[in-house]
Amino acid sequence: MSTIALNTSSAVGRAAAGNAEAPVRIAVRDLNFYYGDFRSLKDINLDFYDRQVTALIGPSGCGKSTLLRTFNRIYSLYPEQRADGEILLDGQNVLSSSIDVNELRARVGMVFQKPTPFPMSIYDNIAFGIKLYERLPKSELDGRVEEALRKAALWDEAKDKLRQSGMSLSGGQQQRLCIARTIAQKPEVILLDEPTSALDPISTGKIEELIEQLRSEFTIVIVTHNMQQAARISQFTAFMYLGEVVEFGPTTKMFMNPTKKQTQDYITGRFG
Amino acid sequence: MVALSQERLVSSADAPARRSTPPSFDRLFRLASLASALLVLIVLLGIIGSMIYGGMPAFREFGFGFITSSVWNVNEDQYGAWVAIVGTLTTALIALVIGVPLSLGIAIFLTQLCPPWLKRPVATTIELLAAVPSIIYGMWGLFVFAPLFANYVQVPVSNIVEGMPIIGTILYARTPSGVGILTAGIILAIMIIPFIASIARDILDQIPSVLRESAYGIGCTTWEVVRNVLLPQAGVSIIGAIMLGLGRALGETMAVTFVVGNANRLSGSLFDPGSTIASRIANEFNEAIGLQLNALMALGCILFLVTFTVLVLARLLVSRVKVG
Repeated sequence: MSTIALNTSSAVGRAAAGNAEAPVRIAVRDLNFYYGDFRSLKDINLDFYDRQVTALIGPSGCGKSTLLRTFNRIYSLYPEQRADGEILLDGQNVLSSSIDVNELRARVGMVFQKPTPFPMSIYDNIAFGIKLYERLPKSELDGRVEEALRKAALWDEAKDKLRQSGMSLSGGQQQRLCIARTIAQKPEVILLDEPTSALDPISTGKIEELIEQLRSEFTIVIVTHNMQQAARISQFTAFMYLGEVVEFGPTTKMFMNPTKKQTQDYITGRFG
Repeated sequence: MVALSQERLVSSADAPARRSTPPSFDRLFRLASLASALLVLIVLLGIIGSMIYGGMPAFREFGFGFITSSVWNVNEDQYGAWVAIVGTLTTALIALVIGVPLSLGIAIFLTQLCPPWLKRPVATTIELLAAVPSIIYGMWGLFVFAPLFANYVQVPVSNIVEGMPIIGTILYARTPSGVGILTAGIILAIMIIPFIASIARDILDQIPSVLRESAYGIGCTTWEVVRNVLLPQAGVSIIGAIMLGLGRALGETMAVTFVVGNANRLSGSLFDPGSTIASRIANEFNEAIGLQLNALMALGCILFLVTFTVLVLARLLVSRVKVG
């Protein structure tokens, strides 16, 4: 217990303090989620602040990934899954049937647990997503690809092999390519679903640095199993358990001085 | 820990033999299974050997001209394979042109779009299509499909295209009987669809769902996901699946013999009757003697060589992506 508590508290010191003055970007209201008949999210109410990193933590099966997957409605690929309630992105309910889901997904980008480069060149991996929504002349497209790769801290490693397959990169580089692909579309929100769980510590460190930099431009929601990671990179943390939000607050407070005993127990590694 | 494992070793060495079968049986069993495996190889080599042996006189008589000559005259004992080779390739190509898009459509529908309750009925129907004996396709093709095809396609199309350049030749039926190269190609397409569709479905199913989700995740429509991500990811395995279908189309005999028309004539029109290697052999081997029989054997060699090459390539391509 003591080691983990020590690590997390020292890590919290490094993360910037949460800014609750920031405007709310995503407001979740009375959200329920069902896998068939199973209700996996129960009356979720949460706010996600503009250009802040919010971490969703909790034991496996608590619903944190499910919650993330409602923001871009990726769950709707599976007919047996459905959500009700409201998720307001800039005041607009993304669960409403009048929303164009493809456009929504360009506004709310997502990076997955495993790197998923598309079967095309590094350049095309990024250009492909841009070209879905914008018609740009070649030179401008080149610029956007470079900008995205630079922001994803991959430019130096990839600039000499833009024409090579995305698969030729290492796992960590592939994940940064996926982040580059997402930010190239200039989304408002970036969803990260355990983005470092398949990576080695060095690649993980690079991704965490990257998230820290991206915060100035994007609203970021990250699901993570790694408590130190949540403490290091997030400004706000929500602790979920059995489909409910147990506690939500600035990360510093959540890790140093949680209100609920359940949160305390989970953060210190007593269960989960 | 060490003591324990030593004790185990000792006790197992001292244990009385409790085998119900003597070790010699195992040797026998191994020999028997080796023999079974070898038998297949021997049979295959035997078939190849006897085909080449039987076809040799024809190859020797006509030389390379056996392949390039389009004469097939039993009375004068002159034989050439060209018409049958062209017929085989044309019907197989038509089958692919029609069958591949339909098969891919089926595979994509089943893996990406199909509501769960409809999946099983569609998949089962496809499998049943593969179970229909080829003689049934042949009968249906000749007695049901060909007359309809003659009345509702050949006649009107011929009337429209008559006199036009190129297309007026390719799609003009001098005698609209319904049988011909195109009819054979269409029947073959129906026959290869279940093969290509089910293999393509398996290949698409193997693509991790997270790749598909990330393609949808950047805002792709279903078409964009399939066209730009799933099919390229499946890559050469899909080509392998197509070639398995091609292998079947090249060698299919019974159904084609019914509907191809069995004429030894090179025609510019797809509506005209023709023949394939397999249909030629099926038609003539019964009464063939002497050099004619050798010529049929030689035809068989050519067919065997072509289908064997196609199937080997197909296997290589299909297996390649499953690993990577």
